[in-house]
Amino acid sequence: MEDASIAAAPLEIECSDLEVRFSAHVPVLERLSCKFPAGQIVVLLGRSGCGKSTLLRCVAGLQKPTSGGVRLSAVGGQGHQGRVGVDARPRMSFVFQEATLLPWRSAIENVLLPAELDRGLAGVGRDDARQLAATRLEEVGLEKQEHHKLPRQLSGGMKMRVALARALMNDPDILLLDEPFAALDDILRNRLNELLLQLWSHRPRTILFVTHNISEAIFLSHQIAIMHKGRIGQQWINPLPFPREHRLRSTPEFSHCYGVVSSALESLS
Amino acid sequence: MRDLRRADNGSSLFANRWIVSALPPILVFLLMVGLWQWTVEFWKLKPIVLPSPAAVWKAATEKESVLIKGMLATGAAAGLGLVSSVVIGSILAILFSQFRWLRLSIYPYVIFLQTVPIVAIAPLLIIWSGNNLRTIVIIATIISVFPIIANVTAGLLAIDRNWIDLFRMHGASRWQSLAKLRIPAAIPHLLVGMRISSGLAVIGAIIGEFFVGNATSYDGLGSLMTQWQSQQRTAHLFAALVASTLLGIAFFLIVHLLGRTVFRRWTMAVDLESYDP
Repeated sequence: MEDASIAAAPLEIECSDLEVRFSAHVPVLERLSCKFPAGQIVVLLGRSGCGKSTLLRCVAGLQKPTSGGVRLSAVGGQGHQGRVGVDARPRMSFVFQEATLLPWRSAIENVLLPAELDRGLAGVGRDDARQLAATRLEEVGLEKQEHHKLPRQLSGGMKMRVALARALMNDPDILLLDEPFAALDDILRNRLNELLLQLWSHRPRTILFVTHNISEAIFLSHQIAIMHKGRIGQQWINPLPFPREHRLRSTPEFSHCYGVVSSALESLS
Repeated sequence: MRDLRRADNGSSLFANRWIVSALPPILVFLLMVGLWQWTVEFWKLKPIVLPSPAAVWKAATEKESVLIKGMLATGAAAGLGLVSSVVIGSILAILFSQFRWLRLSIYPYVIFLQTVPIVAIAPLLIIWSGNNLRTIVIIATIISVFPIIANVTAGLLAIDRNWIDLFRMHGASRWQSLAKLRIPAAIPHLLVGMRISSGLAVIGAIIGEFFVGNATSYDGLGSLMTQWQSQQRTAHLFAALVASTLLGIAFFLIVHLLGRTVFRRWTMAVDLESYDP
């Protein structure tokens, strides 16, 4: 409702024969094919070095695959070029392991950055953009008086919230997160997971989330792609219903899922 | 209550720390001056060899207005030199950061320029540019431009990989990356460069004035020094030495102040980061 831009249909992500090699012998991704449904939260789970971050970077277009490709398409089955009313490039945002805020910009100025760079938001006026940035910050739980603080005056959790707000600034069709909460303590991580689900239910979009934390993966996902040695070993459909709240983590169903996923992860290695 | 107490402790701690850090150098200074005075009196040294601190003080007060004018003249030349080296150095650094081939082909000569002793170029510059303020500013610029080029180039190029990816994700143009990422990220490096260059610019101006001498009506500290040296007025030379030191300190403080005011956001982000637990 508060979105100044056109709400686009969620995009489906399809990888076909994706291969990435940094050296001649060991591939980081090996002939990987997969399909992630539109508007869902997919978690890429696996040990470090299994290629999950590389897959995410391929989808983001930050990593050029050695061969194969990534196709993003609207639910109708058209390629993203066929979309109406929006620029040809699908809008994507990336959240990094660290908040990567620009230290000389205040929280709200950091959130404004995509509006200054993205041509897709060029039509939005400066005051409107500022208003939108303030709304985004409130959505992630930053009080008004914190909007003008510099990153170094914010705690680690707050910085990550600002990074989330920044990623949502351009109302992306696809949100990519690379172990965003790995550096935070458990309580903070749980809270931010709940926030992420809240934001998703407010405006469902395709989310790819990389983690090596099993319980985080189960709490967030519609499905989990368990990765091992550059391939997707298993795509596990999460049976837990939405909406999900904090207490879900202490239910027997959750523990059951934890057992299933961890043994699947175990059996792959 | 607790907060108040903590704030209190904090400020008294700060005051204590200030005393601890300022007192020893002040004591050493007084001791040195005392020792100096005593040495001159005890060995009955000729004032032409080593004047006593009292004699230096007398010379300084005697020539107060000349010295202040000299400081202002030299300060103006050094200031102009510093400003032009910041402008020229930053422009060169931006070009180096944007064009690899330029960096590879020109940068070695920039380093070469650094190794040429400035005293060897100064006479040439006087032939080309004349006995005037312009020549002095050029010398101050040449001597102080290298730290700016080196630091700003490094700052423009050493950008966090994630930031570059972030800008790529949002389709930033090369110009946008330069204006909104590289240049702001290089500001702390510019300040480091300026801190070094501010001292060098003062040295450059004084060297320039040595060569320009008192051939003109121009009388900066360097000109005064050559003049007094020829008259063997050692006490006056010492006074000029103190004045030039004060000028150097003033320049350093101005750059420091710039970091605390105009570029506060940057120095806050960088200086205090190391204090983070």
